[in-house]
Amino acid sequence: MTTFLQQLVNGLSLGSIYALIALGYTMVYGVLRLINFAHGDVYMVGAYVGYFLSRRLQGGGPSLVSALLVMLGSMIACALLGILIERLAYRPVRREARLTLLITAIGVSLFIENVAQLVFGADPKFFPSLAPRADFIVAGVRLTSEQITVIVVSFLLMLLLRFFIMKTRTGKAMRAVSFSLDAARLMGISTDWIISVTFALGSALAAAAGVLIGMQIPKIDPLMGIMYGLKAFVAAVLGGIGSIPGAVLGGLLIGTSEVMVVGYLSSTYREAIAFGILILVLILRPQGLLGRVQKEKV
Amino acid sequence: MKGLLAAGAVIAMLLLVNGLLSGGLLPGVSMSPYILQVLCLAGINITLAVSLNLINGFTGQFSIGHAGFMAIGAYSGAYFTVTFGDRLRSIFALLPEFGRESVVLLVALSIGAVLAAIAGFFVGVPSLRLRGDYLAIVTLGFGEIIRVFILNIDAVGGARGYGGIPKLANFFWIYFFAAATILVVYRIVHSSFGRTLVAIREDEIAAEAMGVHTTRAKVISFVVSSAMAGVAGGLFAHYLMYVHTNSFSFLRSFEIIIMIVIGGLGSISGSVLGAVLFISLTEGLREFAQYRMVLFSLMLIVLMIVRPQGILGHKEFVTFLTKRRRPIGGAPGTTGT
Repeated sequence: MTTFLQQLVNGLSLGSIYALIALGYTMVYGVLRLINFAHGDVYMVGAYVGYFLSRRLQGGGPSLVSALLVMLGSMIACALLGILIERLAYRPVRREARLTLLITAIGVSLFIENVAQLVFGADPKFFPSLAPRADFIVAGVRLTSEQITVIVVSFLLMLLLRFFIMKTRTGKAMRAVSFSLDAARLMGISTDWIISVTFALGSALAAAAGVLIGMQIPKIDPLMGIMYGLKAFVAAVLGGIGSIPGAVLGGLLIGTSEVMVVGYLSSTYREAIAFGILILVLILRPQGLLGRVQKEKV
Repeated sequence: MKGLLAAGAVIAMLLLVNGLLSGGLLPGVSMSPYILQVLCLAGINITLAVSLNLINGFTGQFSIGHAGFMAIGAYSGAYFTVTFGDRLRSIFALLPEFGRESVVLLVALSIGAVLAAIAGFFVGVPSLRLRGDYLAIVTLGFGEIIRVFILNIDAVGGARGYGGIPKLANFFWIYFFAAATILVVYRIVHSSFGRTLVAIREDEIAAEAMGVHTTRAKVISFVVSSAMAGVAGGLFAHYLMYVHTNSFSFLRSFEIIIMIVIGGLGSISGSVLGAVLFISLTEGLREFAQYRMVLFSLMLIVLMIVRPQGILGHKEFVTFLTKRRRPIGGAPGTTGT
């Protein structure tokens, strides 16, 4: 039982990372119907910005203030990167076929990965510890301060996102655009601006995930975004792509099942479990757990 | 009869060129080994690009896991040659050496093709029932899973790579299969089944309404494409005599994607052109190797913005030069949602 609870805690903390990345996928898919391949790489850039910022700020050892600054700085940098990607690469082809958009996204992803290898170097870097760390033992379950931070920070960010989307004017406009881009434009919503905001929000969340993963698994490398990106995408599909609560649910489920499989079966299947789940979802419930069925029309 | 003559002529020409290049025909006349290797790798890339174009260009289903099927063909073919090659040679002991080696190679390639086709079937059936973008992710994931799976099989070397494969493939066989792939894809595309595939690409729902069994057609196209990738993988293994799972990562799949997108999705000669361009640029930019992929990815983005249909678009090279008007159906993918 204790082992199970321990695995559950580990799974939830990994799952919150997936959930944060999955939110970006699902939001962009909601407004543009595009699988943003480059999203995983934005997450990687977030981790690197966090790495360089914390190296710069770490004069007097780990402290909460510097941790917060690192997180904010990285989120802002990636929000700008997200806007830049959308403006330069996706906007010119937005009206083209979906395949064109998809190939562009693959191109952007490859571009970021290879530029990152040139700029940051291909070898992994080790993330410095940001906050003073401590371990807590609750009912035989070991909780590290990093795990608690990851879970708490991601849930705060998700609540903030929910508030933003449900209660603000911009959030309402985002929901309208994701319902129908053309109708929203006819209602006087500046769709270009809303799409930029969506990319900025999604990328900022990915950056936060990047800094959080840096605190938990301190090794970062320029290709780390690929696997995390793919699994987070699976999480978004599992929850129902386009659905924000779905992305969170999917992320937590994927993270937990991955940790359980590694814990109880074998770590060989670690990468396979997410895709196994994806195949099952696509066969049994293609709209995802919380998604709506969308009729295709000619 | 005309077809047989043409095939005979192509084979004779390939044999002639092969003899000239390897220096066996005219003593003193031979190509530098470096150029010969580049030419052979270009031939394998042509096979890969043309076969991927069948599913990505003509059927409009975006697969990015081609390297996985290539890996299956490479490893299973190589495993067969290393373990059972001698037994097969002793059965065909009466044949001359060239014939004996060819039999071994052909059996190895067929095994690779069949296994890759089976894998393609099991990947394709669940994912092809759905929209194209899902296929992209599923195939990418599966390509990686296949690679990790092979990496954990100790019988084929695991992380050490698999060496000691006899060099059975040469210029002749590589270009023989490149020509065969082009012929097979050409014949498929110009059959009524090919028109079914193009109908699915242009508008899946309309095709379904016209009575096309879309999933079945898509799966057939995917399986054929995977089998041909398996053949290319087998040739790759028997040419380089050593394979490692790193050669079959998603980067290889992306390279093949870049070739067919640059040449034009839905154009066979475009894929050949793309493969040749890609290899020439890769070899030409050897000094700037670390900037190469940056350049290619940038090219891909700019191409999508400026000319999304690729260099040739849907047209073949000959029609591209002679007829300047747009073919029926317009630019690729302007229809559909």
